Amino acid sequence: MIFLILRRLVQTALILFGVAAITFLLLYALPADPARMIAGRSATAQTVANIRHELGLDQPLLAQFWNYLVALTEGNLGRSYAQKTDVGALIAARLPATLILMAAGIFVEVALGLILGVIAAVRRGGPVDRLVMMASFVGVSAPQFVAALLLLYVFAVTLAWFPMSGFGTFAHVVLPATTLGILGAGWYARMVRSAMIDVLNQDYVRTARAKGLSSVRIVFRHALPNALLPVIAMIGIDIGQFMSGVVVVEAVYGWPGIGQLAWQAIQQVDIPIIMGVTLVSALAIVIGNLVADLIAPLIDPRIRAR
Amino acid sequence: MFKRWLRHSTIAMALAFTPLPAFAQDAIKQGGDVVITYKDDIATLDPAVGYDWVNWSMIKSLYSRLMDYTPGTPDLIPSLAESFTVSPDGLTYTFKLRKGVKFTNGRELVASDVKYSIERAIDPKTQGPGAGFFGAIKGFDAVSGGTSPTLEGIATPDDSTVIFTLSRPDATFLHVLAINFASVVPKEAVEAAAGDFGKKPVGSGTFVLKEWTVGQRLVFERNPDYFVKDMPHIDKFTVEVGQEPLVALLRLQKGEVDIAGDGVPPAKFLEIKNSPEGAEIIVDGAQLHTGYITLNTKVAPFDNVKVRQALNMAINKERITRILNGRATAANQPLPPLMPGYDKTFTGYAFDVEKAKALLAEAGFPDGFETVLYSTNTDPQPRIAQAIQQDLAAIGVKAEVRALAQANVIAAGGTEGEAPMIWSGGMAWIADFPDPSNFYGPILGCSGAVQGGWNWSWYCNKDLDARAIAADSMSDPAKAAERQAEWGKIFTDIMADAPWIPVTNERRVVAKSPRMGGDGDIYVDPTRVINYDAIFVKDE
Repeated sequence: MIFLILRRLVQTALILFGVAAITFLLLYALPADPARMIAGRSATAQTVANIRHELGLDQPLLAQFWNYLVALTEGNLGRSYAQKTDVGALIAARLPATLILMAAGIFVEVALGLILGVIAAVRRGGPVDRLVMMASFVGVSAPQFVAALLLLYVFAVTLAWFPMSGFGTFAHVVLPATTLGILGAGWYARMVRSAMIDVLNQDYVRTARAKGLSSVRIVFRHALPNALLPVIAMIGIDIGQFMSGVVVVEAVYGWPGIGQLAWQAIQQVDIPIIMGVTLVSALAIVIGNLVADLIAPLIDPRIRAR
Repeated sequence: MFKRWLRHSTIAMALAFTPLPAFAQDAIKQGGDVVITYKDDIATLDPAVGYDWVNWSMIKSLYSRLMDYTPGTPDLIPSLAESFTVSPDGLTYTFKLRKGVKFTNGRELVASDVKYSIERAIDPKTQGPGAGFFGAIKGFDAVSGGTSPTLEGIATPDDSTVIFTLSRPDATFLHVLAINFASVVPKEAVEAAAGDFGKKPVGSGTFVLKEWTVGQRLVFERNPDYFVKDMPHIDKFTVEVGQEPLVALLRLQKGEVDIAGDGVPPAKFLEIKNSPEGAEIIVDGAQLHTGYITLNTKVAPFDNVKVRQALNMAINKERITRILNGRATAANQPLPPLMPGYDKTFTGYAFDVEKAKALLAEAGFPDGFETVLYSTNTDPQPRIAQAIQQDLAAIGVKAEVRALAQANVIAAGGTEGEAPMIWSGGMAWIADFPDPSNFYGPILGCSGAVQGGWNWSWYCNKDLDARAIAADSMSDPAKAAERQAEWGKIFTDIMADAPWIPVTNERRVVAKSPRMGGDGDIYVDPTRVINYDAIFVKDE
């Protein structure tokens, strides 16, 4: 176990270095000049040159990258060009909001996916199964901004059950989390259904039935735990999916997370923020996968043998 | 001669700062809390650094400057200055400060604060975009070059006197002292903030920043000690950020939001405008804006003046104003109508496809040619670029539209020989201050036709440059009318060379709830967009 964690830590460092290098090179290959963007229209050539110098943009690319890495090892993500403040502080201020949204989104997709998947599996072939599968198909296919605007219009504007945007109370989180969760819920429903059908066809289930156990007990005590394994693995992968989803959802619902921060920074060519958010997201994805790998053996003892 | 100016400005000030119910539609009422939304975070509230249209108006209200403008107009008035004189040669400006003005940290504002603030705006360490505005002050080069921390051209003989010495006459100097970069800040607060002054602003303006929750809201409360009585009108305004314009509009219709700062998304405009409360919600006001197409004089065939003139006749500008939902008027010269110096009698090139074709044939392109038109990629700009493309096709010019992110278009424009044509929509020139010279140097003068510059036509006419310099040397206020006329002539003379196709003068749209009072001019103020000092809440 400890060996696994150590190996993963080394891998994590390598992945982050790779992500940093690729993002950095891509951003600086852009034909846009951040100093020019900051300076705006009326600035004289000397003003632009001064800004470029103060930001270190007049140094060779490799020297800039080296400086960035050195600062990074000290936990310093640099200063935002546009907001003139520490990127680390900006991300730290917004990260909790994103984590809350992701946790709520994962809860929605897992809960919804499990319930629908189990129902569909138990009623397989019937009209309920077909309805659930069709709904999940729509959920998987709907672009998130469409789902977001639709939910917003129905539940916030027309019915006024939830606030339209903002952050702070439980009511604020419902619509964004549902938007995020709908997409995953479709996948989970399909996955749980096929895993459940698989398990329900196994001998021990037939044995349980023969013993005269109630079908509720068979499904929830005997079949479901065995069908859960792929779901756990999926959650780890999902964190990466969510990182891309939050950008859209946060923008529509005015959710003050890092997705919104990244979106604004991209428009302003605010490279330190883009770098910072990319690195933090990469870290979250790696940690997500690591946690999924560590939890799997706790659920299924067979994995521990490996 | 100054007395006349002073008398004029005193009247202007009386008009501006006295509630005159006869002039406004609604009686101005004191008090009330207002909620305003924007899509993007507020970048910084440091007046030496902030330079976008959202933080511009907030900085205006957080700080004060020697000069300011009558709300809703481009008319200069003294603000921190009680009075001032200009020497006959136009090289010395002497300001007397108002007595008893206090920063919101309680300290009295004195002359040395003015000097410090301008030096700070020029200091390369500040990374301020506006340093160049102060170029006429003696000793500018030493400070901006980093060799001296103090500006030779500002003297403060006592606490209430500031004397500026210029190295050349600059007729725009009073405007320069009214732009945000000239805002007065207290040194001790800048130093205490340790590089974070943009988040912890201290000034002497109409409002004080009470709360800033990153990514969510900023709360501004009125400054009870502000030096003009009954200003501002509202007690408090909360800026909620991260709000999609569409969502902000829905919230506004529900009464949760008072002003949707980003206006009305194009797709929603007609629906709102035609709704029963549409007239009350939509405020649209003229701004110092011209949208134009640059014709790169260094790229063939636009090096041929006849080709440039022919294209000027080929664009159906009325159709483009319709794409903008009528929120614009057709332009025929670089200056917008609101700008002093605009020539009402000038007609420019009329839309005439046949004449354009004939001129193109005369220039040696009877079958047209192929070229590239750059545009930014956010709605409605690509649609306008397509309209231009169709108009050009009608005279045989095949233009490929390249819709890119704003930063990439700006980079292409500032690279010699790169972009043959650029539609300026989404990044067009909006004046920093209401003076015609601000529409020349960076975008049409030789100094802007450099790598990384904003003169995307790469047009450089030495003769016009000399006339521009001569006009800006006329700093004697008695010659203001003459100077203005000369500037107007410079801009209409430019059109003979046709480096641009002036297309539209866009109006800015802000959406406000019916409870907000006051004329459209203070919601789309020509020098600051939303004028937080002047807006007020009606009786409910």
